[in-house]
Amino acid sequence: MRHLVSNSPKPAQATPLNPRRRGIIVGASDGMGATLAHKLVKEGYTLALIARREEKLSSLCAEINTAEGETRALAYVHDVANYDEVPDLLRKIVADLGGLDLVVFMAGVNFPPGLNNYNFEGDRKMIEVNLIGAMAWLSPVAEMFQNAKAGQIVGISSVAGDRGRIGNPGYNTSKAGLTTYLEALRNRLTRHGVNVLTVKPGFVKTEMIKAAQGGTPFAISPEQAAEDIYKAMRKRKQLIYTASIWRWIMLVIQHVPSVIFRRMSF
Amino acid sequence: MKIKMQKTFTQLENFGHSLKAPSYLIKPQNAEDIYEAFRFAKKMGLTVAARGGGRSYNDAALNGGGIVLDTSGMNQILEWEPATGQVRCEPGVTLEQLWQKVLPDSWWPPVVSGTMKTTLGGCLAANIHGKNNFKMGPIGDHVVEFTAVLPTGAEVICSPKKNGDLFYSMISGLGMLGIFTSITLQMKKVYSGLLEVHAWPTRNLKEHLALIEDNAPSYDYIVGWLDTITIGHGQIHATNYLHEGDDPNPQETIKLENQNLPSRLFGVMPKSLLHYFMTPFVNDLGWWGVNTAKYIASLRRHTFRQPHAAFHFLLDYVPDWERSMGRGGLIQYQSFLPKETALQAWTEVLALTKKQGLPSYLGVTKRHRPDNFLLTHATDGFSLAMDFKVTDARRARLRSMLLECDKIVLANGGRFYFAKNSETTAETALAFYGQETVDKFKKLKKRCDPNGLLESDLYRRIFG
Repeated sequence: MRHLVSNSPKPAQATPLNPRRRGIIVGASDGMGATLAHKLVKEGYTLALIARREEKLSSLCAEINTAEGETRALAYVHDVANYDEVPDLLRKIVADLGGLDLVVFMAGVNFPPGLNNYNFEGDRKMIEVNLIGAMAWLSPVAEMFQNAKAGQIVGISSVAGDRGRIGNPGYNTSKAGLTTYLEALRNRLTRHGVNVLTVKPGFVKTEMIKAAQGGTPFAISPEQAAEDIYKAMRKRKQLIYTASIWRWIMLVIQHVPSVIFRRMSF
Repeated sequence: MKIKMQKTFTQLENFGHSLKAPSYLIKPQNAEDIYEAFRFAKKMGLTVAARGGGRSYNDAALNGGGIVLDTSGMNQILEWEPATGQVRCEPGVTLEQLWQKVLPDSWWPPVVSGTMKTTLGGCLAANIHGKNNFKMGPIGDHVVEFTAVLPTGAEVICSPKKNGDLFYSMISGLGMLGIFTSITLQMKKVYSGLLEVHAWPTRNLKEHLALIEDNAPSYDYIVGWLDTITIGHGQIHATNYLHEGDDPNPQETIKLENQNLPSRLFGVMPKSLLHYFMTPFVNDLGWWGVNTAKYIASLRRHTFRQPHAAFHFLLDYVPDWERSMGRGGLIQYQSFLPKETALQAWTEVLALTKKQGLPSYLGVTKRHRPDNFLLTHATDGFSLAMDFKVTDARRARLRSMLLECDKIVLANGGRFYFAKNSETTAETALAFYGQETVDKFKKLKKRCDPNGLLESDLYRRIFG
């Protein structure tokens, strides 16, 4: 865990008339995370950005802060699989930001084992980052938001969690677990005034898309995904697919009987 | 006390419900606990702010992401001398506790705020004033002595004669130099539980200020109410203590049961529900109606006797009244202007609120005098406090209007008060305090708090 930009001035204080919403993006260094960071800063958020890769993270922060002419993004280097670091880091971030209104969990890895191969190491890593990493972050955040009776949690799951398929059992499992975990948080927290949004992207044109086998139908740009996510956040939605057509595709796929699904090559 | 890190944050609010901040709440019981909290904060890399009654309209008792010391556990009245009127209290003692303790012996706190839920620690930190500021000064003028714990662990005893530099800076110091642990105050002798209130109407701002100015010398308290929607209509309440012999039955009127604010309206409706019924009126049209009705009712010049508590603690009359402002809460904008420039400055300010279509629902005027405290807000002149309802749609426009008002006030030699104003910037604070005062304060801060442990959201906003 490292705090990078100690030399940039503290972000400005919130006041009643300039409330300055504050958020954390876990997994912000590139792809959808970086794009969403830009979008949220434009919409008025001050952000703590968390990622493993120091170089990308610091250049993203510098880019945002230079463009805005004030400190709007702070960088923290952290590997979400280092669960024990989370409570201290969360405390530090809330102190640095002066409050917290939003947490976006975006961190995700994908290690497709190949069609006829089995790779426990990869499976384990996917569960450790995609699922347990999310629980390590969102569990203390949920507690905090429940006490505050306010806040918003956004979890980036995937259409891959909607059905177990032949290509990547470990990834399917990690995302199915994440979807269920987010649903459970939602059921706990809605009554306390906290919104939990589950985002299920299909294909997004980022680094991770290279892991996809076969075609990438309906692939959208990270900008489009960030736009969809922000719109859903504003409306305090519970669940979105991006692109939205995936809702209908997955509805069909979820209803394919197992006897057929077993024989399909996708 | 062994301080343990709380597992999670407590969400704290300001009095106006317009700003919230998560903090680790620690409830010290004594000076030792406070010092331990400082050591703990240093170890954890966190900052500390003190919170009394939480009655500041701004961010004075908030510390987002840091530690907040809730002094409500230190609320003992340690010594009370009915013969001399001196009282020694812990900092978490509220004005409510204080007046209820001293009034049965025919004493009254010399300076009180508009709500009795404030604590003495908070009152000293903000150096509050009452409706008698022009005559009695701020509360600091009635402090005989106080003790405090500094972040260095030092315990100091301060009075105007002893550690005078700390006395005149910790009072008004916004809790940023140390935490009060005991406060000795001189009470004011009274000869009745009642006050004599004279009420008369005013037709415009010029007449309003002139009447306050002319009448203040002959009264103990003076306060004006100004309709800032129509601009100009107003009312003045000028009030005197009763002299010995004026009250035929003082033993009866000083009884607490004759002071307490009634808990039911018309003897029927519990007042705790009243704020729900106010909500429909808290909009531009509704409040215009309320103000106009109030003005018409005040057209008759009249004099009446009123219990101390009823006269002073208007804000407690409707419990949770501030909730009637809706989800966004409210903010208060108070400016202090020299008597020479007040009329011109506020004419400009009120014209601006009218032009922007962002009227204040309540305007309250008072008469002030300068004092010797380092971060003083008072001046030889007047103050005007305006309440604004905060809504999402108005926020940005209201902010830019108030920043514009700040410029008008500064250009006219005015000042601001940090139990109230929530938007004042560091540049504005520097402009009215002056570089010399700010340097002096920062030097004292360095001396009392070398590690910079004491910080509130307010401190970071105006000195950050």
